[in-house]
Amino acid sequence: MLDRFRFVPIRLLQSIPVVIGVTIVVFFMVHLLPGNPALTILGQTATPERVAALNTQLGLDKPLWTQYFIFVGRLFHGDLGTSLTYQRPVFDLVAQAVPITLSLLAYALVLSLAISVPLAALAATAPGRVRDGLVRVFTLLGQGMPQFWVGIMLILLLSVKLGAFPVGGYGQTPAEHPYYLFLPALTLAIAMSPTTIRSLRASTINVLGADYVGTARSKGAAGVSLFRGHVLRNAAIPTVSIIGVNLGYLVGGSLVIEKVFAIPGLGSLMINAIFARDFPTIQAVALFVALFVIAVGILTDVVYTLIDPRVDLSSKERA
Amino acid sequence: MSAGTTTQATGQGTAPAPAGRASHAPVQPGVPLLSVQDLTVGVRPSRDRTVSIVEGVSFDVEPGQRMGIVGESGSGKSLTLRAIAGLLPKPVEVLSGRVEYNGVDLLAMPAKKRRTLMGPEIAMIFQEPMTALNPVVRVGDQIAEGPRRHLGLSAKEAGELAVQMMARTGIPDPARRARAYPHELSGGLRQRIMIAMAVSCGPRLLLCDEPTTALDVTVQLQVLRLLEKLCDETGTSLVFVTHDLAVVNQTCSELAVMYAGHIVESGRVKDTFRQPRHPYTRGLLESAPDFDRPDRLLIPIPGFPPNVSDRPEGCPFAPRCGYVRPHCTEAMPPLAEVLPGRLAACFESDRLDDEVLA
Repeated sequence: MLDRFRFVPIRLLQSIPVVIGVTIVVFFMVHLLPGNPALTILGQTATPERVAALNTQLGLDKPLWTQYFIFVGRLFHGDLGTSLTYQRPVFDLVAQAVPITLSLLAYALVLSLAISVPLAALAATAPGRVRDGLVRVFTLLGQGMPQFWVGIMLILLLSVKLGAFPVGGYGQTPAEHPYYLFLPALTLAIAMSPTTIRSLRASTINVLGADYVGTARSKGAAGVSLFRGHVLRNAAIPTVSIIGVNLGYLVGGSLVIEKVFAIPGLGSLMINAIFARDFPTIQAVALFVALFVIAVGILTDVVYTLIDPRVDLSSKERA
Repeated sequence: MSAGTTTQATGQGTAPAPAGRASHAPVQPGVPLLSVQDLTVGVRPSRDRTVSIVEGVSFDVEPGQRMGIVGESGSGKSLTLRAIAGLLPKPVEVLSGRVEYNGVDLLAMPAKKRRTLMGPEIAMIFQEPMTALNPVVRVGDQIAEGPRRHLGLSAKEAGELAVQMMARTGIPDPARRARAYPHELSGGLRQRIMIAMAVSCGPRLLLCDEPTTALDVTVQLQVLRLLEKLCDETGTSLVFVTHDLAVVNQTCSELAVMYAGHIVESGRVKDTFRQPRHPYTRGLLESAPDFDRPDRLLIPIPGFPPNVSDRPEGCPFAPRCGYVRPHCTEAMPPLAEVLPGRLAACFESDRLDDEVLA
């Protein structure tokens, strides 16, 4: 059993070169941004002498390669540098924002499953019928509407008109967080559901026609117990990898949505940092997002292996 | 191991009954265990049009009897079986007729009530043990599912019962195998799992849909012996669908031959094989190899079975029949008693009389 998870340490080792590649890309892309952080900090009226002095102080006058190696060298010590705008360690800023963004993503994932599984089941049990068509309309709308627009519409409808939810923010106490995060998570869930529903619908139709579902029926299984015991887990197998890929995209979406809902997560941190040309912060957030996507990739394979006993990613001959 | 055929456990104590039997409804005296009457199965392409695939099929199965249904692919034998089990694939449905189990019409029964019979009264074994088991559930749990639902056993009791059933079907090291997934087992073992699953609730009627077709010949024989043994021990009736005449000869006492959705001949297996009274039965026997007489020439049946939507007038076998007379294409010959205990649907049945297959 545990043999089938031998691929995890191997995959972790394999991700090291990926991470190194990411640091290079992130570092140099950030420096391609037009504009000068010293100028941004000091304002348009600063004299060239003061700008040059600040550049020296921040280490920005050194050659790019030297700056890169200083950046990587500090990384090994867990030092992400100091934010140019906040004058605080970037590590603290990121550490503050990460739990917020991660809980938003987890919340969105749960909501999107809560939307997708029943809708896919409804559609798959009556393909070509009215309810299948309605689900199809939902997936088309969900895919067609831009996320930020859905977010704004939800705010207008549920928060401003009905007053059912806060307009934005994250809430003060842990008990408030789920309530405050509901609308942004729902926005992300709506964006994520269509692909999940389509994949799950197709695989459910497949599974419902499988011989072993007939076997289960011959044992007297029907309805929810048939679906839970024999259909869902088999139908989920191809969908898991799609959710994994989507979760990577979802991080990108959450950056924008956090801005719409004024949530102090990684997205807000990133966007403010970009406007301020706060290089260390941009680098740290991008690096974290890359690590997150790598982790999701490995986690997807773990889940995949858990739900399908036939999968063995560790054996070479099947790779 | 089961002590005897008459033990009826009533779920007392903690130990599950050895054979995992549910307390059955009492046997109705004088009523066949299964009585299929004028069963017609087909599809409804539109509201006022029907296309029947199985037409007017009737047969009875007495308690403890073993009935074989043979026919080519597409003869409707599997659909007949699935109609009895209530497992017809969409959009196929029962168009008319009755399926009486123990005197009660299953087709008139609410679906929920009917499902409570599936397992403790009627069980089914499928053709492909490779695909008929859920790939992501341990086989022990798949066997335990029925007993948990129908016999009210706890997960632990049902799990123990599953291991016992696996031991009864001759699976070595059943406790370890119960934790295996289907892909970790061979075809023969998987079919034994299917059988253990089917008999786990002690059914009185076992429906087998070509259970040995996907297995190689040596394993086939083992599985057939096992089925016979289990049925003998518990007095379970068998309806056995196959295209393999040798299998019917070994396993069954009664035979029904299906062609193009109709039963064309039925009777006792031994008698029918010795002296077929329908040209199709005769053709089947002549086209099948017989290992006892390897020098005999195989005579194929010319042509193909008719298309479901485009059956000829009269006897559906007429276009391929060597005994055909003009009146054969005018009306469908009724299934009539041609010999004591033998029914055949053929106007020319008498002409097959003199030619006895040795």
